[in-house]
Amino acid sequence: MAGAKEIRTKIASVKSTQKITSAMEMVAAAKMRKAQDRMEQTRPYAEKMHHVIGHVALSNPEYKHPFMHAREVKRVGLIIVSSDRGLCGGLNSNLFRHLVREIREMRDAGVEVQYCTIGTKALGFFRRVGGKVVAQATHLGDAPRIDDLVGTVKAMLDDYIDGNVDEIRIAYNKFINTMTQQPTVTQLVPLAQGEDADELSHHWDYIYEPGAKEVLEGLLTRYIEALVYQSVVENGACEQSARMVAMKSATDNAGDIIDELQLIYNKARQAAITQEISEIVGGAAAVS
Amino acid sequence: MAMTIHVDIVSAEGHLFSGQGEMVYAPAVMGEIGIAPRHAPLVTPLKPGELRVDPGGGKEQQHFYVSGGMIEVQPFKVTVLADTGIRAADLDEAAAQDAKRRAEDALSNNAADIDLAKAQVELAEAVAQLRAIERLRQTR
Repeated sequence: MAGAKEIRTKIASVKSTQKITSAMEMVAAAKMRKAQDRMEQTRPYAEKMHHVIGHVALSNPEYKHPFMHAREVKRVGLIIVSSDRGLCGGLNSNLFRHLVREIREMRDAGVEVQYCTIGTKALGFFRRVGGKVVAQATHLGDAPRIDDLVGTVKAMLDDYIDGNVDEIRIAYNKFINTMTQQPTVTQLVPLAQGEDADELSHHWDYIYEPGAKEVLEGLLTRYIEALVYQSVVENGACEQSARMVAMKSATDNAGDIIDELQLIYNKARQAAITQEISEIVGGAAAVS
Repeated sequence: MAMTIHVDIVSAEGHLFSGQGEMVYAPAVMGEIGIAPRHAPLVTPLKPGELRVDPGGGKEQQHFYVSGGMIEVQPFKVTVLADTGIRAADLDEAAAQDAKRRAEDALSNNAADIDLAKAQVELAEAVAQLRAIERLRQTR
């Protein structure tokens, strides 16, 4: 019965791997639900802010904040949102692939790019391939806090105000549904505007204390932070769902392997028994 | 019944409160303000302090601590956009410096520009691996 023991050990090892992957799948599923809730909860804040900013900007056309003023793009700042941990299928690779294509396009157009990374995977990627990373934030955990992002976002916004970059974009995975995540690169600053021209029909205006400029400044910074935070949370939901799917297929694969090994093991055992019987029969025949 | 004003308190991380009040007291940067229904439209930043909502009818006041943020007032609606942490120009600056320093520490001997060729090779590998796994699953 040579090899039977080895196959048995192999089956046991695959089984324990399967236990781990199925546990990870369940954990990811639970975390995904929470992450999705978190994603929903960030919406009212950003929507409200968008509304107020639109109103303030339209009722004060004489004051143009630098964040709302588009200029010629020579340098782009790119904020890359990635996961902190792996084992989530092609989530990060797909994003980076999309990114490399974009970077190539920008470079062909003569635009310089500098980066700002969120999450260890993006940092690791740029550590390996090079690139000017000006700021980073890692280990945000499952429930990221906006306070952890303030510094990173401010570093980028300062560069924008100083004229070191002319545009800020953010790259993250968009949550379509549990099975699909879409790598997305969108423009953050200057803020796209003009879509709510109908708001001009309002004939009233707010009282601003201490002044429109200060209010707008405070609002815009918070709004951009909220947008970055939203992307981080959305990417978190993507990470969990991608991990859930990856772990599910790993568990299924482990099941397939166990079935195959079981079959091989049974065959080996059967062969050993047959051999033993024929030996006994042969031996008995020789004696009589 | 006395007039009431709708109060929403939201932060970037979630919804904190929603309800009716006869009077809202908020710590605005220029000093504490009391907002009654039909207040003139107002937008102002908040400083760290206590925000109170008086639901009226002799019910107990609701207290919230805000560490700053913005308040938007419309005649029958108050929206508080609360910050989740203490914000100040120098604190933000320190956080920004921290983020930059972290990047420098992590990438001390990094090339100044991204090596696109290298990046593509690396990603091609990852994609090839994923494709191989996919094919394995299909052929099974």
